[in-house]
Amino acid sequence: MAATEQTVEQVRAVTEQKYKYGFTTEIESDLAPKGLNEDIVRFISAKKGEPEWLLEWRLQAYRHWLTMEEPTWAMVDFPKIDYQDSHYYAAPKAAKDKPKSLDEVDPELLATYEKLGIPLKEQAILAGVEGAGDMPAVAVDAVFDSVSVATTFKKKLEEKGIIFCSISEAVREHPELVRKYMGSVVPYSDNYYATLNCAVFTDGSFVYIPKGVRCPMELSTYFRINASNTGQFERTLIIADEGSYVSYLEGCTAPMRDENQLHAAVVELVAMDDATIKYSTVQNWYPGDENGKGGIYNFVTKRGACRGKNSKISWTQVETGSAITWKYPSCILQGDNSVGEFYSVAITNNYQQADTGTKMIHIGKNTRSTIVAKGISAGKAQSTYRGLVRILPKAEGARNYTQCDSLLIGDKCGAHTVPYIESRNRTARVEHEATTAKISEDQLFYCRARGLSEEDAVGLIVNGFCREVLKELPMEFAVEAQKLVAISLEGSVG
Amino acid sequence: MLEIRNLHATVDGKEILKGINLTINPGEVHAIMGPNGSGKSTLSYVLSGRDGYEVTEGSVTFQGKDLLAMETEERAAEGVFLAFQYPVEIPGVSNTTFLKTALNAVRKHKGLPELDAMQFLKLIRAKAKALNMNDDMIKRAVNVGFSGGEKKRNDILQMAMLEPSFAILDETDSGLDIDALKLVADGVNSLRSPERSMLVITHYQRLLSYIVPDHVHVLAYGKIVRSGGKELALELEAKGYAEFGSPEAA
Repeated sequence: MAATEQTVEQVRAVTEQKYKYGFTTEIESDLAPKGLNEDIVRFISAKKGEPEWLLEWRLQAYRHWLTMEEPTWAMVDFPKIDYQDSHYYAAPKAAKDKPKSLDEVDPELLATYEKLGIPLKEQAILAGVEGAGDMPAVAVDAVFDSVSVATTFKKKLEEKGIIFCSISEAVREHPELVRKYMGSVVPYSDNYYATLNCAVFTDGSFVYIPKGVRCPMELSTYFRINASNTGQFERTLIIADEGSYVSYLEGCTAPMRDENQLHAAVVELVAMDDATIKYSTVQNWYPGDENGKGGIYNFVTKRGACRGKNSKISWTQVETGSAITWKYPSCILQGDNSVGEFYSVAITNNYQQADTGTKMIHIGKNTRSTIVAKGISAGKAQSTYRGLVRILPKAEGARNYTQCDSLLIGDKCGAHTVPYIESRNRTARVEHEATTAKISEDQLFYCRARGLSEEDAVGLIVNGFCREVLKELPMEFAVEAQKLVAISLEGSVG
Repeated sequence: MLEIRNLHATVDGKEILKGINLTINPGEVHAIMGPNGSGKSTLSYVLSGRDGYEVTEGSVTFQGKDLLAMETEERAAEGVFLAFQYPVEIPGVSNTTFLKTALNAVRKHKGLPELDAMQFLKLIRAKAKALNMNDDMIKRAVNVGFSGGEKKRNDILQMAMLEPSFAILDETDSGLDIDALKLVADGVNSLRSPERSMLVITHYQRLLSYIVPDHVHVLAYGKIVRSGGKELALELEAKGYAEFGSPEAA
């Protein structure tokens, strides 16, 4: 064999092998190389030991993503993201020896949770996982940089037939459910960021509530972005079967970071006949400093399908973090008499930008939706409510009520409301109310004349402004959320 | 208690107070009367430290301390209370939350332990009952949907809770019918004590029939032009403020 032929053969062998297995030699590593291509997608899938159908789905999404363009319609402004300059997979060092119980969890990790201010009650729950004890009010599935490291109370939930685990585990243990529902609410081709998520998602939570079961505790995920320069692509799937009920809490915090970090999560909810899903979020990611440097880009697709009659999906969100928020938790009201709700508080300070709202798509008869959105802008921040209420021709008797209130603090911030209403049924009733106000000097003076500091006064006034939304949060979250509202506006006056 | 010396103050560069002198001893109730635009409300805002009211000359000493050097909230914590002419609405914030936050801020300043929810509720219920205010009123958002009389009573409730040593009542009678006025005056009178002083600002003698002052002062165009006992109020009611001249003359 001639030397050149030999070389060609070798090169082909190497390249083919690489194409087939991706970064096989690096599969033990905890960090994918920087950049995004089909090999990275294969790497992630291989790393997670996924079945062929899922890899194909990821690749299909990736190839579609290549044909898409970043959306530019939102009222947010940021430098172009270099998608090749990120790592798309990062795992904590101990990932391959996944702990069997919390005793085996890295104490540093638990210390991190403590620093994040995960409340004592959850800490106690984490600590008490070995002992039987009473059934706690909250179960925590902790996701640390893309890999779920601890799932608590699974057994107690299992007794009721509830599945609450990481999505990777669900892919292994309950592939039929994942295959049936994943992508059924947010298809792989949905939008630029969701499609990217389909290709490279690393982990997230999976919940299945069987027929007629009322989940006995709030399910909760705390996750954070830890390693520098890693995109976070969470994927959550919650299915509430006929007549079931679940309340799910999602809380997020992130440490100080200089570089912008991309977070593009996808959350899909499916509610069957007479089922109810309540999904609450408190988002407190790093918003960047007071000069607008750093901060998380939070480009999230959240959507719920009320597939069954009399089903209900309720979104509650308190968004105080992130440099940029691009997020529209939505409801597809397909089943007759189904109900969609969206309660939102979005606080922007300094140079934060938020473009958030909801979509309520009324398909079934007598479907009802309620939207209450509170936007607070301070500093040089820009806050936009963007919402769509669409009534399709068969949605006889559909009703929507929308209320959008904006509160401005200072004179350099902005608040914008962009409601889209499309009704194609004469019997539908759609109401929209909107207000814009400033925190008045009178209110501040009144509070201070009673002994409150200016910051306490702002915290109190803003909490009052948000009350209708905050009262929708489960008790476990409400107190933290109130504090967060006050903290995120520190330094916004005076 | 309170010592005002040669107090000058401007609003938007315009001098409103032009050398006020006033001494208030513990337990005394002083009334300040005067025509519109005489500077009555400006005096109350200057004493409570509102932004935009600039002191250009003079001093105010409160319990031996320089009042003018303090922030608004510090003055409140030290025991200065302003009952507003127009109490402000704070939507979504319940009266109890508002007052608990305020009371605990003041207690903290005084080095007292904060009250927990149960202690606080017990206290506010007792004080509200004395003012003929029901549970519903204390649970509602601060002044939202309150009638004029209810707002004033709510301010007096705050005063009863915060127990200030010096209270300024700014036109507390404005917008009240006679029944509401009596209720508010009863509330104020129940708070009179040898340790507590009050400065009652009003246009009309009417209020002073219910809250009887020890001293009456006439404020006209930025200066106290006459002082006397409670009978001065009756005299003013009969003669009006004409004898004290017009802005141009001052």
